[in-house]
Amino acid sequence: MLHPEIEGMSREELRKLQYERLIKTVNRCYENVPFYKAKFKEMGLEPGDIKSLDDLKLLPFTVKQDLRDNYPFGLFAAPREDVVRVHASSGTTGKPTVVGYTQNDINSWADLIARCIAMAGGDKDDVVQVGYGYGLFTGGLGVHYGAERLGATVIPISGGNTSRQLMLMQDFATTILCCTPSYALFLSEEAREEGIDLVNSKLKAGIFGAEPWSENMRKEIENNMGIKALNIYGLSEVMGPGVSMECECQSGMHVMEDYFIPEIIDPETGEQLPYGSKGELVFTTITKEAFPLLRYRTRDISVLREEKCECGRTFVRMDRVMGRTDDMLIIRGVNVFPSQIESVLLENGDTEPHYLLVVDRKDNLDSLEVLVEVSDKMFSDEVRKLEEVEKKLRHEIASVLGISAKIKLVEPKTIPRSEGKATRVIDKRKL
Amino acid sequence: MKVQQISVFLENKSGRLAQLTQTLGQAGINIRALSIADTSDFGILRLIVNKPEEAHRVLGEAGFTVSMTDVIAVEVKDVPGGLSSVLSVLDAAGINIEYLYAFLEKSSSDALVVFRVEQINEAIELLMKNNVNILNGERVYKL
Repeated sequence: MLHPEIEGMSREELRKLQYERLIKTVNRCYENVPFYKAKFKEMGLEPGDIKSLDDLKLLPFTVKQDLRDNYPFGLFAAPREDVVRVHASSGTTGKPTVVGYTQNDINSWADLIARCIAMAGGDKDDVVQVGYGYGLFTGGLGVHYGAERLGATVIPISGGNTSRQLMLMQDFATTILCCTPSYALFLSEEAREEGIDLVNSKLKAGIFGAEPWSENMRKEIENNMGIKALNIYGLSEVMGPGVSMECECQSGMHVMEDYFIPEIIDPETGEQLPYGSKGELVFTTITKEAFPLLRYRTRDISVLREEKCECGRTFVRMDRVMGRTDDMLIIRGVNVFPSQIESVLLENGDTEPHYLLVVDRKDNLDSLEVLVEVSDKMFSDEVRKLEEVEKKLRHEIASVLGISAKIKLVEPKTIPRSEGKATRVIDKRKL
Repeated sequence: MKVQQISVFLENKSGRLAQLTQTLGQAGINIRALSIADTSDFGILRLIVNKPEEAHRVLGEAGFTVSMTDVIAVEVKDVPGGLSSVLSVLDAAGINIEYLYAFLEKSSSDALVVFRVEQINEAIELLMKNNVNILNGERVYKL
């Protein structure tokens, strides 16, 4: 354990620490974020009403729409000059969701990731290959700073460029690989095709996340690469990767409870559910300065377990995310909402766009195809102009989503309509 | 001097053309000329029919994406170099041809070719000036 005094803390001590930090966060939100102050007033709540950790449930929820409504910096609780970095994830309808970090936030995030890498058996002797995308996405830079904090040697290769990934993996003797699980599987199969023996290489562990995966995928990656494959969880709103991480026992991800308080709620009623219940994950950040969030509803469905883990850590564990309470898809590690596609079509003058997203996984790479019904407005009797329409949609969808999609124009009324809600997504992936 | 052409969006999947022609047949609409432009994913069917307005309506009602486009029907001498002489007139004036296709039947001893150009009025004027025979819609629909 990198931080045994924290990771192995008694539950009682931990709750004390969480309460102290929660109070600070509640005050910070109330004093510095007009959105929260207004919410408190509306609910007739004062920061002083939070008298114990159990009073957490009195606090208002925060949802993704609140982030959009306060775009870009409205929810920041630190003056802009104290914010040293922003990250953003693609929003649901065009504008991205923006999060900010003070230097202290960046430092705690690095500590957190260092802890995660240590959970995978890493230390300063390791060579960490960061195959998560660098940029506005939190994956690349988040893991990068943590690996440096640990003192490991970092290869900031970012995503893609498979043959170079494999070349550097061998030449630099990578010991820990960080990327999406589907990309890890893809890498392992490319390696096999190129006759590269990863099983007997220096590679010993993988920290995989940013998309859903399964135990079968884990076994396959572990066999193909001869490593221990561990699941990491996070979301940019809450911090980025490192909100929770599996230990060597591989039986659920320990939530970093000194930074975040997790809850499971009933997504319908908002009622807090006891440990062991399946429901929507909610996080309250308790150390963040620039972008604290009270009871952020993740829309991820999971279970929290309090039984003590064999590894000795006392942090509760969350199960793999089992699904979503909304229609968000994760494609190649990128969050995609059908409404984003809809906004592009609306901007192109289609008042009632009919479209269907077809997601598939071939050779371990996700593919996205967008079927768009050709409206009279869109139609031209010249192939060139229709191909321009396709190209324009492809370009705009790629710029909104951050991933490429194939556009397929289809005849009107060919996309199935059902009573009430239209079918917008067909996900053919088998994890 | 313009002829109304029906254009229909078709996905590349079996049976669509059959359904379309069946719809036209049931409405008593006769096809005079046709051409298909296709890519790997879709095609555009262009039709000259005896009743363009009605064809537009019945196809629209049958759920096809359909539009009307103005084209010109030009008589081209059925001899070697016939088409070339018409094209060179347009080329000299810098009029770009989007597409063209030939008619199934002839109006006389000459061949009949459908042209789609951007500057349609300019093209008509130019061709007439060069003594190229252009057929009006009424004549074409009745062929």
